[in-house]
Amino acid sequence: MSAPVTLKTPLREEDVDRLKIGDRILISGAVYTARDAAHKRMIDQLDRGEKLPFDVRGQIIYYVGPSPARPGRPIGAAGPTTSYRMDAYSPRLMEEGLRGMIGKGMRSAEVIDAMKRHRCVYMAAVGGAAALLSRCIKSAEVIAYEDLGPEAVRRLEVEDFPVILVNDVRGHDLYEEGARKYQR
Amino acid sequence: MREIDTREVTEKVKELCIAANYELGNDMLQAFEKAMTEEESPVGKDILQQLVENVRIAREDQTPICQDTGYAVVFLELGQDVHFVGGDVNEAIHEGVRQGYRDGYLRKSTCHPFTRANRGDNTPAIIHVEMVPGDRVKITVAPKGAGSENMSRVDMLTPAVGIEGIKEFVVDRVRASGANPCPPTVVGVGIGGTFEQAALIAKKALLRPVGEPNPDPELAALEKDLLSRINRLGIGPQGLGGRTTSLAVHVNMMPSHIASLPVAINIQCHVNRHKEAVL
Repeated sequence: MSAPVTLKTPLREEDVDRLKIGDRILISGAVYTARDAAHKRMIDQLDRGEKLPFDVRGQIIYYVGPSPARPGRPIGAAGPTTSYRMDAYSPRLMEEGLRGMIGKGMRSAEVIDAMKRHRCVYMAAVGGAAALLSRCIKSAEVIAYEDLGPEAVRRLEVEDFPVILVNDVRGHDLYEEGARKYQR
Repeated sequence: MREIDTREVTEKVKELCIAANYELGNDMLQAFEKAMTEEESPVGKDILQQLVENVRIAREDQTPICQDTGYAVVFLELGQDVHFVGGDVNEAIHEGVRQGYRDGYLRKSTCHPFTRANRGDNTPAIIHVEMVPGDRVKITVAPKGAGSENMSRVDMLTPAVGIEGIKEFVVDRVRASGANPCPPTVVGVGIGGTFEQAALIAKKALLRPVGEPNPDPELAALEKDLLSRINRLGIGPQGLGGRTTSLAVHVNMMPSHIASLPVAINIQCHVNRHKEAVL
């Protein structure tokens, strides 16, 4: 395996253009959390012509609903949730300039197509490796929809957060190509 | 007749909710180790390594293994000579879940199906009671995450499809689930009974120590064949390609109606957690 690529947020187009499926990536900088309910609210806000709670341009959204933090810790366990539930909302956020998504599991053809058009990438964190991933999160701050509890939007500061590139900007899909390689 | 105070039930359920979410069983760790020696994909090997490391960190940091700390599924094997005192035993179980999820810093994941408003305390527990002889109560807490639960299915097959039809149903479901249920998974299969019973025995199959075959040689052979077919799909750890899609297939079977062939598949992610205690 080749050495991991390091990425610092926010991301520019050229940062994601060079990534290819199967790349191991270590992310540092700010990452925003949102899952089902937060996505629905963000899209509703856009539909009403309102501003999003944070500027998504060049940013990464991490699909996670963390467990509560113990006193003295920034966050609890924080692994990815399954991404297909966000498929209905993701293309709209890419139109607004979203550059990356972290989750787990397959994306729809529409989302993969939107990634090509808007130069956005999809990365998988290891689902269920939530205690390990928690250690890479240095701070967490709720910035919107506090009433959603675990589903509130948080701004995380991460350091060497490990992910694997699943969908690049050229329409490749590691889930499809990886499984084909090992099928018998 | 033996009296058991329901407050003891609350205390035990609370402890089990926390322990199940922080500590994975040795059967699973051994299964990870075995998979690491057999996995051909370098990415797959790396992921298995991360899973082992994650379990170690969870124990060390007292952080849940997975942030989805699950719907609290509680199995009671209730001795028929037990008499509960001190209040409603169902409420005692819900209270144990409430306290465990609060004091263990576990995520609260139950919500209103329409509004999606979070209930804030992870209640209710899902309670399955089985009456057994004796004067003891065995409590098993098996927190179930939604990623793998969402990939599970029950189908009422036509009896004519036979054992091949059952195998196809199971393997097709695992194929269609792909990366979503967080492989490597453990696959619980329930065959026979009624619509709901097939699902329940599939879920109960997940409680068996991982890799321990069904004592019935015919079903043990079915488990082996299903596992081998599943692991030829190439899905691999986290669905990124590899040999290890599932660590084990556990089948439970009971008689079905002459007109039916219910089959349930309950997929369990690699955080195959459950803890039990006897009162």
